[in-house]
Parts: sequence; C-alpha cells; structure tokens
Amino acid sequence: MHGYLHIDHAKMVFDTKKGKFTALSDINLDVKQGEFITLIGHSGCGKSTLLNLVAGLNDPSDGVLLLSDKEIKGPGPERAVVFQNHSLLPWLTCFGNVYLAVERVFGAKEPKARLKERTEAALDMVGLTHALHQRPNEISGGMKQRVGIARALAMEPKVLLLDEPFGALDALTRAGLQDELMRIVEETHATTLMVTHDVDEAVLLSDRIVMMTNGPAATIGDILEVGLPRPRDRLKLAENPGYHHLRGQVLEFLYQKQLRKAA
Amino acid sequence: MSAVTFNESSLKDIMNSPDTTPLPDAATSAPRPAFFPPSGPAFSAAVGKLLRAALPPLLGMALFVLLWQIVSASGGEHGLPGPAKTWESAKLLFADPFYDNGPNDKGIGWNILASLNRVGMGFGLAALVGIPAGFMIGRFQFLSGMVAPIVSLLRPVSPLAWLPIGLYVFKETEPASLWVIFISSIWPIILNTAAGVSRVPQDYLNVARVLNLSEWKIFTRILFPSVLPHLMTGIRLSMGVAWLVIVAAEMLTGGTGIGFWVWDEWNNLNVEHILIAIFIVGIIGLLLEQVLVLIANRFNYE
Repeated sequence: MHGYLHIDHAKMVFDTKKGKFTALSDINLDVKQGEFITLIGHSGCGKSTLLNLVAGLNDPSDGVLLLSDKEIKGPGPERAVVFQNHSLLPWLTCFGNVYLAVERVFGAKEPKARLKERTEAALDMVGLTHALHQRPNEISGGMKQRVGIARALAMEPKVLLLDEPFGALDALTRAGLQDELMRIVEETHATTLMVTHDVDEAVLLSDRIVMMTNGPAATIGDILEVGLPRPRDRLKLAENPGYHHLRGQVLEFLYQKQLRKAA
Repeated sequence: MSAVTFNESSLKDIMNSPDTTPLPDAATSAPRPAFFPPSGPAFSAAVGKLLRAALPPLLGMALFVLLWQIVSASGGEHGLPGPAKTWESAKLLFADPFYDNGPNDKGIGWNILASLNRVGMGFGLAALVGIPAGFMIGRFQFLSGMVAPIVSLLRPVSPLAWLPIGLYVFKETEPASLWVIFISSIWPIILNTAAGVSRVPQDYLNVARVLNLSEWKIFTRILFPSVLPHLMTGIRLSMGVAWLVIVAAEMLTGGTGIGFWVWDEWNNLNVEHILIAIFIVGIIGLLLEQVLVLIANRFNYE
C-alpha cells in the first residue's frame, strides 16, 4: 500500500538547444492525505519542476505519479495550483477570477446562486470580502496572492500545490499570509505540497521537509520530519529548542552538504 | 561661467523635448500674477496649467498659418491661396454641404459621407476576415509558417497597384475601391492579432490548463481578452491605412467621395477647395484615430 500521493522513480528530461538536460532523476516520495510537505533546495534544483509534474503541467520522462491510486495524466482541477506570480486574469475582478474556477468545478451540478456563495466564501476565507469587485491591478501584491489561494481553495482540490507563493512579498505580508495559510489548511485538512526557498517558512508550515540536491539530475537528498505540535505559533516557536534544531538541520543540508556542489 | 551657460541651455532642450512634462519656466510663470489677480491660488494654478498645456500647440498653429501666408504672398498672383481666402471659401462651402446637382456635383457633406461609407465597408470586411485569420495564424504554428511568405510578399505592395486587379475582376469601380481598402488594411489586423495570440502569457494558459477549461471558455475568458489590446492596435493602424488609401483610390475611380472631389476641384483649378480638402482629410483621420484610441484605452488592464 502506498501513499495518497505516490511518486515512483520519476525522472524529468528537457530537450534544450544544447541537447538533453536531466532536471530530475529518481524521485520517490509518498505523501499521506492531509499532510503538509515543503520542497526546499537551491534555485535551479528542480523543485518547481517536481511541482509541475504533480500538477500535470509537465509529463515525466520516466517513472509514475499516482494520486489516490490513479495515474496523473495532464493537469486537472483536483490538483489546484497557486502560482508564484499569482497568475490572475487582469480583465476579471477578484470575484470573476475565483468564479471562473468555481464554475468549472461545480458548474455542472450546482445552481448559480450556490456558485456565487462558494466564490464569496473562498474570498471571505482569505479576508478579501471588501475587494470582491476590484481588478488585480487595483490591489496589492499580497492581496493578489490571496486571491490566487482563494481560487485554488474554492475548487476543493484533493491536493493544493503552491509554487513559492510568497516569494515576491515583503517579510511582514509574507508572515501574515503564512499564518493565514496555516489556519486554512488546518480548517480544510488539504493535502499540500509547497515549493519554497525560505527555511523558516518550511519549518513553520510543514509536517515534513523534502530537501533536494542540486541539479542537474536533482533528487531528494533527505526528508526531515518536523513533528512540532500544532497549532503552531511563530512567536512561541522562536523559544522552542526543537524549532532551532530543525532549522539548523535544514541550513546544514543547504549550506554544507549542497553548497559545494553548486560552487 | 561657460559651464553654467551650457547647463542652462541643455536643460532647456530637455524641457522642450516631448518626453518631458513642461516645467514652469520664466516665459510662462513670471507674468502669471499679472494675468490672474486675486482669484485664489488653486484656480490660478489650474488656469496656469491649462495655459502651459495649450500654449505650445496654439503657437505652433499660429506659426503654421503665418508660414502659409508668407508662402502664398510670395507667389504673387498665381501663388497658393492664403489662409483668409481659404477660410472665406470654406465658409461658403460648408454653408450648404448637402446639395445634390446630379452625379458629379454633390455637396461636400455627401462626398465625405461617401468616403466614410467606403472606408467603413472595406475596413469592416478586412476586420471580418482579418481577425479570425489572425487568431488562426497565431494559434497554429503550421498555418503561420504557410501564410508568412505570402504576407511578406503582398504586404509591401502599394495599395493602388491592387486597383486594376479589382477593376478587372469586379468590372465596376465601387467594388474595386472597396477591394483596394480591404486588401491594404487587412495586413495590420492579421499581423497584430496573430502576434497578440502568440504572446498570450504562458501563466494564463497554465491557469486554463489547471482548470481544464473548454476551448470555448479559453477563447472567451483568456485568449480574446488577452489579445484585445493587440487587436485594437491592428484596427487603429488599419483604419489609418484605409483612410490614407481612400483618397487616392477615389481620385482614380471617380464618382463621389472626398478623393474624387479633390481631383474634380483640380480640374476646375479651385485650389482653395483642394486646401480645404486636405484639412478635411486630416481632421477626419485625426478624429477616427482618437475614437479608436479611446476604445483601446478602455481595454487596457495594466
């Protein structure tokens, strides 16, 4: 019996102008339902590529990916993605952006009024009820990313995929959104896979941290069980020796075991 | 001292360049207190701003009219008609724009409407064919490869070179001039639409893929809105070309229209009317452009 999300010997080779480039090789990972996994590694190590494989935006060159025992073939709304640069459609309002997703997933079986409720509930969950009818260019970067999260959550996906969702935000906004994401994931029990390069973010949010080696042919170097009690509070964690120990382990992996290869 | 002089003059150059918002310089800001006495600082600032914005174009126009006057005066008896004479003639012309004395003697209003009508129809046909063609060419690489050499070959052809073909095929002048407008204004629409389609950001297409949107939804919610700004640019360029071409085409085909009217007035040696026609063509072209710019801004989301 394998995990809810099962990745078995996945390999990713890209055809480039300079010939074949092996981005990922021999990736094996099992994720339990409701687990929060972060993928961490130096830039260019293929963590986003791995996320795209799970999203179905890329097909693996070799190996297999299963979600609840079904092979992942192409993208689909049961694996919602929050993109790094939010990817909101600028001609739709916040409401319109989320509604587009809701309509696609639930439009066939539910009346319009219910779809509208779902959309509003999703935007309410990320605290954007006041911005329903604003366009993306009228709101801040943090708010855009919240709409992106609302759009993904509104689809009630089996797996929530986040590709460095807070990478472009300032530290304060980022902390606020991390807390919000923690609360939402605890409420919805979503199985979550998140790409990050922020050590604190990884330790704060994850059940397990998947640490990746440097490319080319990147693979999983080590997996760290976080095991800190939930709900977590960033202020209390700062005094927790376990937190610092975990943080130290991730840093050691990134800056001692992996840096030499990169240089 | 010389360094200071140099700095001042280069600063003036920068201020006068069109990329720079004009700053209140000595010439306009100094007399302001005299012009606007105690009406409140906000009011006087607003009027001052308006004045600074309006002054350069007004001055330019005044110089233009002056130059025109000098050129016409220096020509003596057979020189170009001056501004005053042309103005008098224009007043007479526009006193009764919609008279109709048979096929070759119609009021200026009818001629303008005839030209606009032709441009509208030729350009409308071009849009009707060009927009879908542009979408297809932008979406399918293979089609783009097929069409590229044809477009590159035909696009630089002078619009009027198409007129004999139109006359031969349609045997009549009216469809022939529509054909000329159609064929010369279709290229900017096709090329800009295709460029817009191939430049739809991958992020938006990824959203569509993750949501598994239907082809129709992809078109209406993502492709079309994303291409619209490019499409509007194409339409604006096309409209410009169509309006350029119509005057030339009507000179050759005759009948009605502002182009025919210019040629007719040349045969009558009525040079004032030719000058008036040039202004009409310019003003209408400007208005068409401005309307399309307004519409285009409506669809700009950035």
